[in-house]
Amino acid sequence: MGKELRVSKIGNGTVVDHITAGRALYVLKILGITGREGRIVAIVMNVESRKIGKKDIVKVEGLRLRKEQVDKIALIAPHSTINIIEQFEVIEKYRVKVPKVLEGLIKCINPSCITNQPREPIKPVFTLYNENPLIFKCKYCGAKVEQEEIIRQLIGE
Amino acid sequence: MEGPDIISITEISKDELKNLFNDTKKIKEELRHERALNYLEGYVMATAFFEPSTRTKLSFQVAMLKMGGSFIDLPPYEASSRAKGENFADTIRMLDSYADVIVIRHRLEGAARFAAEIAESPVINGGDGTRDHPTQAMIDLYTIFEEKTKLEGLSVGVLGDLKYGRAAKSFTLGISKFEPRIIYLISPPQLAPLDDLKEELDKMNTDYEEVSDLRDVIGELEVLYVTRIQKERFPDPLEYERVKGSYRVDLDLLSEAKDDLMILHPLPRVDELSLEVDNTHYAKYFTQASNGVPVRMALLKRVLKG
Repeated sequence: MGKELRVSKIGNGTVVDHITAGRALYVLKILGITGREGRIVAIVMNVESRKIGKKDIVKVEGLRLRKEQVDKIALIAPHSTINIIEQFEVIEKYRVKVPKVLEGLIKCINPSCITNQPREPIKPVFTLYNENPLIFKCKYCGAKVEQEEIIRQLIGE
Repeated sequence: MEGPDIISITEISKDELKNLFNDTKKIKEELRHERALNYLEGYVMATAFFEPSTRTKLSFQVAMLKMGGSFIDLPPYEASSRAKGENFADTIRMLDSYADVIVIRHRLEGAARFAAEIAESPVINGGDGTRDHPTQAMIDLYTIFEEKTKLEGLSVGVLGDLKYGRAAKSFTLGISKFEPRIIYLISPPQLAPLDDLKEELDKMNTDYEEVSDLRDVIGELEVLYVTRIQKERFPDPLEYERVKGSYRVDLDLLSEAKDDLMILHPLPRVDELSLEVDNTHYAKYFTQASNGVPVRMALLKRVLKG
């Protein structure tokens, strides 16, 4: 096989490329793919990338991503690109964008934050504080949440 | 001010503060001739203090009465619907329907901001969590403005609990708006400021230095802001006894102070500020405490009438 691409093209679906090396399984988890859905899924991990050194790739037949899923992918792998495939052709390609505001996606890490009170009609809201390294700040208490914690919460580990 | 709510000193501009201080000055002048004013006749303020307070709550209530308005006060926990399980949001909604302005104090961080989102009436933060106490900072700054006739370019020391103390943090962020020459952050290592405060100071291009012994800088200061060194924050009482000397303001220490030093303290005080300092010309903390009413009068007027 040498340097050839190890996985064949998909007909219709989505390719998530330039995923931070080692995080392809997180992307699958965000997409809710367990392998039991019957779709064709291809995962490539730790391959050379001219852009980001090493990368992962996930290809899923017959799947279109929802906005919330794209946002989550941006949080765990900010360099990812999304390719939408129809009839074996890329009909749309874009880079994910880290959202400026996270509403209700993750919980605040500060136990004294009002958003952690049970029985209050309040959603945790975070605003982007720093892109690299990725840090968000709680709108209510100012606590900072780093990428590792965001991944932990999104993946549920 | 940015919208009618007063949540954090960081959201209030230097110009807005200066306008507030000019209003306060006028109100103080008027109070020399009148026992009470009538700017807020017919207005009702609700005080909702979910955490103990003496000065803040009473001075807000007196401020409202002296402006010709009236107030209602959320009863203590046992006597209110909260004991029946009412949540915070519903309590705020109820107060919002009765009052024109709500003053809130809460143990939880962000409670005031959340209340402001729920209520249509303006919300004033009377202290929440460990960071924000904007009206205390206004009083502190006004007292400096009154005594020194300026706020810019001062050498300032902030002494005490810089980790959990919301008064010290709000004051530090407030005075930073006036380009101080330097701020010395003076605290025992256990109560040293967290990165958050320092990052905000960096963002404002404020010159600051962390210091562990007040003696090293006392001779430079024009303003010394003293706060309580909370004994309960020390896991080992012996450790507290060991460090407390470096954070005690007394006559011996003040022998090295500049003549124009002024000492502030949001009160209540314990051991960190010796009683013998009260009779010196440095002590401005009782003036500061008495400014609580006129500053809050001016603030209520601005919030309710613009």
